[in-house]
Formats: sequence, C-alpha cells, structure tokens
Amino acid sequence: MKLEELIQSSGEWLRGEGPEADIVISTRIRLARNLSQFPFLTRADDAARAEIERILHAQIARLTPRKALNYFDVTTLQRLDRQFLVERQLISRELAEGHGPRGVAFSNAENASLMVNEEDHLRIQVLHSGLALEECWKEINQIDDMLEEQVSFAFHQQLGYLTACPTNCGTGIRTSVMLHLPALVQTKEIQKVFQALHKIGLAVRGLYGEGSQAMGDFYQISNQTTLGKSEEALIKNLKDVIPNIIAYERRVRGEMVKENKQQLHDMVSRAYGILKSAQTITSEETMQHLSSLRMGINLGLIEGLRIPTVNELFIFTQPAHLQKLRHGTLDSSERNIARATYLRERLAEQN
Amino acid sequence: MKCQSCPSPATLHITEIIKGTAAEHHFCEECAQLYLNQAESTKGSEMAAGEPADADSESNLDDLDQLVCPNCGITFKEFRKQGRLGCPHDYVAFQDELLPLLESIHGSTEHKGKIPRHTPEDSRKQYRLIKLRGELKAAVAEESYERAARLRDEIQSLEKESAAPHSEQEAE
Repeated sequence: MKLEELIQSSGEWLRGEGPEADIVISTRIRLARNLSQFPFLTRADDAARAEIERILHAQIARLTPRKALNYFDVTTLQRLDRQFLVERQLISRELAEGHGPRGVAFSNAENASLMVNEEDHLRIQVLHSGLALEECWKEINQIDDMLEEQVSFAFHQQLGYLTACPTNCGTGIRTSVMLHLPALVQTKEIQKVFQALHKIGLAVRGLYGEGSQAMGDFYQISNQTTLGKSEEALIKNLKDVIPNIIAYERRVRGEMVKENKQQLHDMVSRAYGILKSAQTITSEETMQHLSSLRMGINLGLIEGLRIPTVNELFIFTQPAHLQKLRHGTLDSSERNIARATYLRERLAEQN
Repeated sequence: MKCQSCPSPATLHITEIIKGTAAEHHFCEECAQLYLNQAESTKGSEMAAGEPADADSESNLDDLDQLVCPNCGITFKEFRKQGRLGCPHDYVAFQDELLPLLESIHGSTEHKGKIPRHTPEDSRKQYRLIKLRGELKAAVAEESYERAARLRDEIQSLEKESAAPHSEQEAE
C-alpha cells in the first residue's frame, strides 16, 4: 500500500458504528513492550536502534498473512507525511518527531498500528469504532501473543513488563475511550466529570493524546496506572465508568432540548450554515461547528447528513490532510481557504 | 513548549520556590508525576534522616550519581533528570529507589496481569505464588475463611512442587 492511497479513504474507526457511537467515537488499547536483550531507547545508539528495528520489522512482517500490515520506515517519510499519519492516529507525535531508525506498521483498515522505536521498542495499538473494549483487548492480546512466540520481551516476575518510563511498567497497557461531550462542555458540567475521573485513577486527554487540547469537545478517558491490576481489571474499570459519562451527556442533551429546543436548533443550524458557506475558516472554528453539527444530527435536529461524514471531516480538515488533498504545501491562510472549499464540496455532496 | 525531560509537549508548568528563589519547570503529564513523586520522596528521606529542611539537595543528588546500573551504565541521577530508564535491568539495579516510586505512581508494586508465554515454568510458579499470597491476604481480611483455606492448600502444594527443582537452580 502507498501512503498516497490513504487519502482516498478513512480508517474503520471513523465509520461511526458500534455501541454508543453517537457519543463514543472510538476505543483504543495500546501495549508497551521492549526486547529484553537491548537497552531502552535513551541508551540505545543508532546501531542498536537499527538492530531493534530490523528484528521487530521482521517479526511484524511474519504477522502479515493473518494481519496484513503495511510497514513504513518513518525516517524516509517527509514531514508532511509524518504529520498526516499523526492526524490519522496511526503514529504518535513522539514517533513523528523522534530521531534514529524507527518505523510503523498498520493494517489497511487502520485498526492496528505497531510503532517501532517510539518511547519503547514496540508500541502496539488497536483502534475500533464505538465502545469496543473487549474487541480491542482480544485483538491486541492476540498480536502480542503472536510476537511473543518469536521474541523475548523484557519482563520481571514481580514488576511485569518493563518499560522505559516507570509509569507504564506492569501491564504496559493504556486503554482509552474517545468521547464526544459537547453538552457537558457547554454546560460546564465537564469539570465535575474530570474531578470524579481523577479520583478513580483515570486520566483525561484531548483528541491527540497527552498535552493536546480538547478540540471539538473530544475527550479521551484512559487508565492512569498500569501496575497492580490485570489488563482485564484495568479495562473493567473503564467499562464500568464510561456508561455513566454517556448517560450524563445524554441527560444534559435531553435537558437542553427540553428547556431550549429552539435555541439549540438555531445554534446547530447556524453551525451547519457556516460550514456549508464559509469561504475561509480556521481549524479551530471548523472543529467547534462540526462538534455542534455532530450533536445536532444525533439529536435529530439536522437531516440529510450522516455521522461518518462528519467524523471524517474532523480529520480531513486538518492541516496535513488538506495539503495531501490539494497535493501541495499550503500556508496557514491558504489552508483556511482550502478547508472552507473542501467543507463546501463535501457538504454539498450530501444533499 | 516541550517537556524538559522528554520530547512530549509540556502541559504542566510548575513553579517551585526554594530558599526564596522561584524555579520554573515544564513537564508533560507523565514526567510531572514522576517529578512530583520524586520531590516528595526526597523530602521524606531528608526528614527521616533528621536533616534540616534547607539541606543542600546537591549532595543528595551526588549520592544518587553513585548509583549506576552495571548493565547499561545509567546513573539514578540521569534517570531522575530524563524520567526514562536505560535498560530493563535498571528495575533490579535501582530496586530500592524505584519500588517506592512505583508504589506512589501505581499504588502497587506487584504485577497481576499477563505473563509472557515463554517465561520459564519456574518463574511462572513464582509469580503464581506471589499472586496467591496476595489473594490469601485479601481473603483473610475479608474473613472469607473457606476461600483462604483453599488458597493456603494451593500455595503449599505449589511450594512443594517448586522446592525440588528450585534448589538445583542457580540464583540469577
């Protein structure tokens, strides 16, 4: 598969299906692993990194018949392509901006991605649309098992899988569920959710993980600790909590409809209007209106537009995607024009 | 802005006032957690040693500089600076320093999750024993005596099983 082909499609995780897909965008699980016979990356020179990459690339290639993964050497990718993969959630910013031999393998449907020489030697990630914790765990566990038959991961019987950062050791798992919570944001109830989650050891992050802003009212809820509980127990912790947040968001949406339907209808219709007709628009404004539009569709206030389209627009209106679509480098003001044009085209197709 | 310990973006900005001088720190979430935990544990050990509150923290760091992993050569001080370990063996080499840190990060120092399939049978048993002992403790605390008795039997039979081959094996 060529990187250029990706722009023609979007990942399975954006299809907007699966349980609770009106609020839960996607579920992701990642595992951190290191080869036992090598130092962690902070102490690995380029020769060691190259050897780690060679071994892991070979093992990942062996998974291919069952998992059909495409491998990319990140060092040979242009900056724009690396950013493009970050926007698609296939690689982390750390891998994109890192140095030395490193790579990524991902499946055609973009459900699985394996990053080599990120913070740890190997980061396996499985991503699905909607609330799909068990599905993700089953798949990632299987990939991990298959690799484990061939390589020896650093493991300590008391401390579990050993990772470069002690915050990941033990299971090396991070399970995160991405939620769209516009009503909780608008009513500022979201602060209460954050506080409650923090107390039970769950972290809240923005769309692009650690340190990213909560763009478009998207929040990733994930486990903070990795040691002392089994993978299943850590997943269950999330599984128990997420329905409460979903119910909370639904209740607040319901109240908004009941108390002020006209105003809400006006807000989402205006958002739709701007997206359909703007001639230049920033990423921030786009995200904000897409978020309103998404909620409007889910509340039945907007007709003739599908959720997968809106999900896709969140990703395709980002800088690297726009430049790939337009086959060229665009500065910020050119991107704003290209973004508005793209939005008009896509939203016109729908009607 | 980037985190001062790793390439991630800085999201937490800490202003620390030591002896009337403000020092700025910029961390990502994970490194901030590490930093804060370290700051706390350093404070704790100073108090335990009965040192005055304004003890020179440099001497403390110099002690940490003496701690070196024989495998990868990283010092504990370097780890504290960058928030990343140098090799898997560091977890053994710096065990005394890391265990309290792990306890404060995770609230536990015992892995209860997946075990790699290729782990030698012997260490699988060791691990199972650790796990069973934890469960026994919990069962006793919950006054589930039937469960506790079952667990005790299982522990004893595992101990017997692993005793024979274990005595022949060299410790690591």
